[in-house]
Amino acid sequence: MHQRLLPFAVAFVLAGCGNPTADGPKGPTALRKVAPNELRAPSDFASIEDTRERSRALFLEASRVFTHPRCVNCHPNGDIPHQGMNMQLHDPPSVRGPDNHGVVGMECTSCHQDKNQELSRVPGAPHWALAPIEMAWVGKSPRQICEQIKDPKRNGGKALAAIVEHNAHDALVGWGWHPGADREPVPGTQEQFGAIVAAWAESGAECPAEGARP
Amino acid sequence: MSVRIRVNGVEKTLDVDPEMPLLWALRDVLGLTGTKYGCGQALCGACTVHLDGQVVRACVTPVRRADGHAVTTIEGLAPEGSHPLQRAWVELGVPQCGFCQAGQIMTAAALLKAKPKPSDDEIDQSMAGNLCRCGAYPRIRAAIRKAAGMPEGER
Repeated sequence: MHQRLLPFAVAFVLAGCGNPTADGPKGPTALRKVAPNELRAPSDFASIEDTRERSRALFLEASRVFTHPRCVNCHPNGDIPHQGMNMQLHDPPSVRGPDNHGVVGMECTSCHQDKNQELSRVPGAPHWALAPIEMAWVGKSPRQICEQIKDPKRNGGKALAAIVEHNAHDALVGWGWHPGADREPVPGTQEQFGAIVAAWAESGAECPAEGARP
Repeated sequence: MSVRIRVNGVEKTLDVDPEMPLLWALRDVLGLTGTKYGCGQALCGACTVHLDGQVVRACVTPVRRADGHAVTTIEGLAPEGSHPLQRAWVELGVPQCGFCQAGQIMTAAALLKAKPKPSDDEIDQSMAGNLCRCGAYPRIRAAIRKAAGMPEGER
């Protein structure tokens, strides 16, 4: 009886069904286990021989950052920013406005400064603003986010190299790793994230299957 | 650090910590106490002033951000309190306790400068960050409409 079940048990473990955040992309290749607040390095994906499969796995790793509330909250699929790990609607009430910077009297920078404010706990970073609606990530799958990021019509006209640079060095992106106060940062470091995104681009910038999750 | 700010049209040089909240500089250093301290977290709007015409919450704005720029407080909005909003506020008896009113008027002034005839939705969106614990919101909206030359109660 046990011998008959063993192949199924092995397949279950390899598929990474035990821990949704730390076991890595689902597939036949087991990845190094990491803590939820860590990111894997590109070298962790070297064992995936198929380049396209490796590229998809790299994006799923990157999507652990892209889909984190700290990032998604300012990529809303409506006209109101979100906040907090529970992604509640922004309080005080604020809206996107005509240029993603709020409306007169309630501009993003009416309150948010160029860096976190320690005493008031108001988060801040340079050019604080919402992502345009075509870059909405709330409710989107890793594949949908991947397709948006690659689409110049929906990524601000950026080529892949500019996407890599943006993720690796942009100060507002970098706020995700330094959110201040008691806010949970996104996994890893911006340097590690930039390396994963660069490796994804170099391996063909493939997008994972619709149902694939990190 | 020395910070130069044009406050209500007058050049001021302040020798203060650049991270000091602008509200502290206005109230404690310059003695302009019309701008109020409410929550200290940019959640209530009582400390609203204009920085180069843009609404900012002075309680969370480091004074260094105002260096080389112009700040307008409720004291500098209009001589003798003659701004159309101030007149409307008086005529309609808007305030109850009054604590939030300087912030309310400063946000409304920025709104009317950008949108001289705002819709009620635009008023609500722009004023959403200014809380009034007395609940004077209907009178606040009516006064904004009155100052804009629109019927006070129409929606």
